[in-house]
Order: sequence, then C-alpha cells, then structure tokens
Amino acid sequence: MSKLRYERPVIQKMNAGLMNKFGTRTEYEPVKQIDGVSVASIIKEYGSPVFVMSERTIRKTYKEAVRAFKTRYPKVQFAWSYKTNYINAVCNIFHQEGSWAEVVSGFEYNKALGNGVPGNKIIFNGPEKTNEELLLAIKNDSLIHIDHFDELYQLIEICEHLDKKPRVAIRVNMDTGVYPMWDRFGFNYENGSAWNALTKIVASGKLQLTGLHCHIGTYMLSSDAYAVAVNKLSDLAFKCKSQLNASIQYLDLGGGFPSANTLRGAYLPASDTNPSIDDFAEAITNAILNAGFKTDELPLLILETGRALVDEAGYLLGSVLANKRLSDGRRATIMDFGVNILFTSFWYEHKISPAQDFTHHTEDMVLYGPLCMNIDMVRESVNLPLLNRGDQVVVHRVGAYNMTQWMQFIQMRPNVVMIDESGNTHLIRKAEDLKYIEQLEEMPKHLSSISL
Amino acid sequence: MQLRKNIATSESGFIFNPATGDSFSANPLASEIITLLKQGLSVSEIKKNIQEKYDVENGQLEKDWDDFLLQLRDANLLDN
Ligand SMILES: Cc1ncc(COP(=O)(O)O)c(C=O)c1O
Repeated sequence: MSKLRYERPVIQKMNAGLMNKFGTRTEYEPVKQIDGVSVASIIKEYGSPVFVMSERTIRKTYKEAVRAFKTRYPKVQFAWSYKTNYINAVCNIFHQEGSWAEVVSGFEYNKALGNGVPGNKIIFNGPEKTNEELLLAIKNDSLIHIDHFDELYQLIEICEHLDKKPRVAIRVNMDTGVYPMWDRFGFNYENGSAWNALTKIVASGKLQLTGLHCHIGTYMLSSDAYAVAVNKLSDLAFKCKSQLNASIQYLDLGGGFPSANTLRGAYLPASDTNPSIDDFAEAITNAILNAGFKTDELPLLILETGRALVDEAGYLLGSVLANKRLSDGRRATIMDFGVNILFTSFWYEHKISPAQDFTHHTEDMVLYGPLCMNIDMVRESVNLPLLNRGDQVVVHRVGAYNMTQWMQFIQMRPNVVMIDESGNTHLIRKAEDLKYIEQLEEMPKHLSSISL
Repeated sequence: MQLRKNIATSESGFIFNPATGDSFSANPLASEIITLLKQGLSVSEIKKNIQEKYDVENGQLEKDWDDFLLQLRDANLLDN
C-alpha cells in the first residue's frame, strides 16, 4: 500500500467576527509557468533566485499605453526612463517599439548611445551633468533639461565657446495638490523661478528654448494632478510665446503612473484603487486640448513613464531555505532572496505565489531574506500555503527599479533571463561572481600576504 | 504530553478551547494528532502511526513535531 501525501500539522487561530484581512483564497493559485515556460525548468537552468522578464508583457503594456494616448491626442512620444530598468535588452524592446531614451546621468546617457539611440532622441534630465557630458549632449543635439540656475549658467558658459545652440527645456516643479510636493528638482512655478529661468535662457541668446518638463511624483494616485500640471506648463508656454517670442514645441509630463503593485500598509489591493493608464491619458490630453493652443501649434506630448510600463513584466523566482517559529509564536519563512535584490519590498506588499500544488491550509508568516541583517524582510505579514524547504515561489511585478537599485550586499546579484515572444529563454544579465566583484579592488603591497 | 481536558474538537478540524473562548482550525494531520492525543496514545505511538501512514522522513517529522508542540503551547491547548 502506498503512503499518503504528507503535510505538516498546523493549527490556525480563527478570529471570530473579523474579516480576514488577507482577502479571498483566489490569490493562492499556484503559478507554475511564465509565458508557457515552467518555473521549475527556469530555476533548474538558471539557478535560484533568478529574475525573469517577459518580452511579451513589455510589448503589450507599451502598446496599450501608446494606444491610450494616441487615440486621444495627435502628437505623442514616449521616452524610456532608463533608471527604471536599464538592462540593455529591456531598453531595446522599448526602442524597437519606438520609444526614445530618458536618462538622468552621463552613465545612462552613454548606455542609451551604446544601444543605438540617436542623440537627438535622448532626453538628458537630472541635477548632475558634467561639462564633458553637456558637450557630448550638445554635439549630439540631445534635449537638455535644466534642473537649477547653476546648471543654466554652466551651460551658457560652455556655449560661449561654441557656435552651436543646444536645445533646452527646464524642469518645472509646482503645487498640483499632491503632497509632499516634489520641489527639489527643477524651478518652482508658483514663486516665479521657472519664469525667471525661461527669461534668462532666451536673454542669453545662446540656447534654443524648446520644451517644458515636469515630473510631479512617482506612483501618483490622482489623474487630476496631471491636469493641473498641464495647465501650469501651458500657462508658461503661452507667456514664452507672447512675452519672449519663443515657441514651446513640447510638453514633457514625466513619469509617475502607478503599477498594479500594492503599497505597504494599503488597505485595498492596488488593482481596486489605482487609476488606469486610460484615466491618466484622458486627464492629460483633455487638459492640453482645452488649454488654448491653436490647432497647428499643439505641442508634442512627451511621457517618461517608467514603472507602469515594466513592473508587470518582471518576476523573481526563488526558493524556501528554512522555516522557523519566532519567540512570539509567529511563523517565519526564510527565502533565498532578500531586500538586496528585491529593493521594492521596502515600498510594496509584493504578491507571492507558490510554484507548486498545495492544500487549502494556510499560515500567517513573516517572510525573511537570506541576509544576516535585521532589515532583510520581504513581507512583514503574509498568508501563504504551507511552504517547505526547497519549495519554489514566484514574486510578481518586480520589473521596475529592482534591476537598477539592487545592491551587491552579502550576496551577489543573480541571473536575469528574458522569455521572448516564442517562449525561448535568453540570459540577459549574468549572475555576478567573486571575480567580477573583486576586479576593481586593488591590494597595497604590504597587505598582500597574511599568515595566521 | 497532554491536551487540556475540556478541549472540544470536530472531525472537520475545528478546535475550541472553552477556557479561553479561542477557536482554531486544524489541517488533517493536526486534527488526527489531536484525536490520538485525546484517545491517550503516547507521543512515540502517534509518531509511529504517522510514519506508517504518510510519506515522510524521520528528520522532517521530528522537526515538524517540535514545531507543532510550540503551536499547541502557544494556543494554550496543552496541560502544564
Ligand atoms: C525625471 C523622471 N522621469 C521619469 C521617471 C519615471 O518615473 P515612474 O517610474 O514613476 O514612471 C522618473 C523617476 O523617478 C524621473 O525622475
């Protein structure tokens, strides 16, 4: 007689009268494959943990976003926000789809050039740009977005010795009714700094004022805030035309649309509460169309959307290292991935699915990573089926900011794999090894040998 | 190891502790163990039972047994 399947004994306290704050059981479908490729086979081939990017999902999400805007407004251009995910294979999907590049450092700028993005389709944002970087951007006719007065004067000074007029915009910060207000980047609208900067740009005679930029925040939950931003930028554009005789060719509304990830501490899942990309498109395009531009002078609308375009396409696959019980009786599960590679667990309650079958019994638990550091907590409280050592899990919506903000800390960064539209897997970034990590270190001679 | 005297259990895995008013749900193996404990079987007899019936290695069972004990103690279901 064959033996029965074993499941470890558990009891769980029932809270009479209280709604289960973890919601319905439908969340606990096992996820055994991604785009038709089995999770177990990916882990077998590429190790655990491993990041997986879905090319199909990136293209689909991008096309839906483009459609949302282009069906409402005639002149739309997306520029891929490199900092959100700058693995070259990921960037090139966006570029193949027609996206320009939006970069915030010389490093990112050169990455975009290396990927083959023409210089005049690179938007150069951010508070730090060296003279060499600015010279390169000017030579390439890139769109330089000025962040502060020091940078404005730096640029004017560089241009003293050039016979080329760089195309520039300013980043504007403003009160859109959303707090805290992001006023550390760019020039403020309400106190007149933005207008002052625009006046100086035109008066210098050295720069071509081309556009106006803002990025009002990230994970924005109000589409109205974008309408306010459009109105304020449009007001500046009209003043540029009437008082400075400068015509603004584009309004760059930045990024900031939320993904479907749920913020830590949120009461309801994001999918129930967040506006859709169509809501944002409606608010933004309506505001521009009603701002008072003449039909033949409608500005190009640029969007630097990051997380909303790529979060959904990223998965992290990992395995259970151990189970333990804490002093207060709570169960703790230790995973082989932690905050070192899943940086966004500081912001999000990531959805986590087991990758194998399980019974309907569940446990509340805290999920820790493998780092020997107290901060390493992936989920503070999550209700999951009984997990055993070696079980595999899928963490959802990790495509934004993790593969750029991850840290080499205690552990090394793992493989990143892409599944193409035909279901083939490709290694797009190799796991780090000791040699890679140490290749930049230098050993002073007197420290090169030890004897213990 | 002994369960508190008046703990009520049902076949579906419902456990009620009248002393504290707490109720719990048990998965099949947990409720099987509780039933055997109530019948007065010893710990070693119960473990033997489980190993004969289920596909589990000794080390795994030992580990899970210790953990189950902590759960029962935490839930105030054990005597002493
Ligand atoms: C200037 C700029 N543009 C675009 C983005 C992308 O933002 P998000 O990922 O919120 O869409 C950022 C991110 O902070 C940014 O700073």
